Amino acid sequence: MTPETPIRWQRKDLLGIAELSPAEIGLILDTAESFSEIGERAIKKVPTLRGKTVLNLFFEASTRTRSSFEIAEKRLSADNINFSTSGSALEKGETLIDTALNLQAMAPDLVVIRHAHPGVPHMLAKRIKAGVINAGDGAHEHPTQALLDAFTIRRHKGRLAGLKVAILGDIEHSRVVRSNIHLLNKMGAQVTIGGPRTLMPVEMEAMGVGVAYTLEDAIRDADVIMMLRVQLERQGRMAFPSVKEYFQLFGLTTARLAAAKDDVIIMHPGPMNRGTEIASEVADGPYSVILEQVTHGVSVRMAVLYLLSGLYEERS
Amino acid sequence: MAKLLIHGGRVIDPSQDLDAALDLLIEDGRVVKLDGSIKKPKDAETFDAAGLVVAPGLIDIHVHLREPGQEYKETVRTGTLAAAAGGFTAVACMANTDPVNDSRSITEHILLEAARHGHARVYPIGAISKGLLGEELAEIGEMVRAGARAVSDDGKPVMNAELMRRALLYAQHFGIPVIQHAEDLTLTGNGVMHEGVWSTRLGLPGIPGASEDVMVARDLILAEDTAGRYHVAHLSTARSLDMVRRAKTQKIGVTCEVAPHHLILTDEEVAKSGFSTNTKMKPPLRSEKDREALLNGLADGAVDCIASDHAPHHADEKDVQFSVAPFGIVGLETTLSLCLDRLVRPGILSLPRLVYLLSTGPARVLGVPGGTLKEGSPADVTVFHPDEEVTLSKASFRSKGKNTPFDGWKLHGHPVATFLDGRRTLVS
Repeated sequence: MTPETPIRWQRKDLLGIAELSPAEIGLILDTAESFSEIGERAIKKVPTLRGKTVLNLFFEASTRTRSSFEIAEKRLSADNINFSTSGSALEKGETLIDTALNLQAMAPDLVVIRHAHPGVPHMLAKRIKAGVINAGDGAHEHPTQALLDAFTIRRHKGRLAGLKVAILGDIEHSRVVRSNIHLLNKMGAQVTIGGPRTLMPVEMEAMGVGVAYTLEDAIRDADVIMMLRVQLERQGRMAFPSVKEYFQLFGLTTARLAAAKDDVIIMHPGPMNRGTEIASEVADGPYSVILEQVTHGVSVRMAVLYLLSGLYEERS
Repeated sequence: MAKLLIHGGRVIDPSQDLDAALDLLIEDGRVVKLDGSIKKPKDAETFDAAGLVVAPGLIDIHVHLREPGQEYKETVRTGTLAAAAGGFTAVACMANTDPVNDSRSITEHILLEAARHGHARVYPIGAISKGLLGEELAEIGEMVRAGARAVSDDGKPVMNAELMRRALLYAQHFGIPVIQHAEDLTLTGNGVMHEGVWSTRLGLPGIPGASEDVMVARDLILAEDTAGRYHVAHLSTARSLDMVRRAKTQKIGVTCEVAPHHLILTDEEVAKSGFSTNTKMKPPLRSEKDREALLNGLADGAVDCIASDHAPHHADEKDVQFSVAPFGIVGLETTLSLCLDRLVRPGILSLPRLVYLLSTGPARVLGVPGGTLKEGSPADVTVFHPDEEVTLSKASFRSKGKNTPFDGWKLHGHPVATFLDGRRTLVS
């Protein structure tokens, strides 16, 4: 996977996968490999980011992603400050800009941001000197999730190119699917997405994927199946009639797995709705790599923090 | 008796099918003579229009002057200054002020402000419904008597079909058009940009073209049944235009306008600009297919006029995340240059056709004077350079609104002088 000519990381920010080159993606994944061993040590800490300050700004509730970033930062010895709110006062833009400028005045090195609205990390990145890491902006992108997914797939399959990946569920509201499509396409995998027509954005084919409207069609011969969380809190009353009916149409069960390859792996970005998009027997079953994803998330985020902090360039 | 001789220019007057090197003599605010070579009267001032185009004053039938109530965004004074700077001698202003222009007193207030501070003619457009609530008809007759020239709930659609049917009937008593902001709000939902490949990529909620189309379809049926006079504001989709084109052949009383930004930009601009809120307006920037259809409509006559939908907002309101920013961009000071550079220069429109779409066409849609240089008509004249390069700069806008996606654009062609009743309102 390592490119023949080593490339240097030159971006200030990680806003999305869409703008990355395959070489840049490869660099992050390879860097993550070198960090993954730290998590297996008795003393899980290295001094790499000592003296660097990282702000974690979570304008939308998050457990997994936020903890993952925090642990990654701590393992690299960065000083981190957490700023989290889902309060309505900060839904207003002028406060957001002012908040950002105030935080910038404290001279952080990196800012990790999650926000319910697409484009907010981009807006911030234009205004502040610190490097900005997008930890999820609305239904737009979630680059570190796609990177940790790719890392997990690579660990199991040894490659990304040529794999058949099915991504299923609530496509419309998912930033995970968009970042994954960009990444998997760039790395030569073949992506099929599937889900109810009422949750399928228009012109998905233009993103370079196959589109299926039954679970069986979507997962046929798949090497990898990614289930997406049905974002129940975002559904109007018109997307599907009931959770029961959703599960009948698009819930992943052991019986339905037969259409996929024998060595298929099952992924889910979490949090799962058991019994809505995935049966517990699958989530906890032998094909599931869902908890590994979480473990690898820390390594991938360590790699991103490290690369964006500028140290890669200095040492190479 | 103030006299002015505009000489040596290329006079384009679509109302007389005129495109020739002519001199224009203005006396006491009226055009008195249009001829090949007019001898300068002793007491006349002169304006040398050599190399320039002399046209009937441009008319923008879709602007938001924001007065009363939102003077921090724009006023009648600054809005008409912007109009004059953009080559416009008349504007029609929408009713979504605060309070709403749904009464004689507000209409009179706007006209009084225009008489006091105006640098262009102002034609108030009254609300269709009281308070723009879409529930009951506003006092349309009273507003027309005070000077309103059309009615519209612009900013909002008239969702209630029965109210729309009654508006189309009632407005006929006054011979005014009913202007619809065609949008089905149930289809728009929480959409913030055109629903298409770019909304899908960016994860932003989409506004489908169907949101406009189902409303235009409904209204055309109502216009046919009522024999009413219906005008589609800022038409933006290929399908709506097809329906309007077809309706015209069926003698339905329909006209439509398109906005320059829909002729020049597409939904891709939201991504290219990195979520700039100056790419957010209603209707949204549509697909390339829609844009091409609108360009065809300009040339073949399906489109009656170009109107800017000048929608000034304060920088603080626009300087927020894309999803929560208000819809709208300014247009009075960019329209002429954009149209000259992007429509005439590449050969999509002839210069006379553009002048028609910006003066004679809008005058006819609204049934107001202007759009002509016939002898005896008011001397509203726009003189512009057809192809000299300029750089658009929001810093130099007279409008309070600086919300434009065209800042810094280099364009060929620009206004040089604007005359209202023979008085100069733009000194370039």
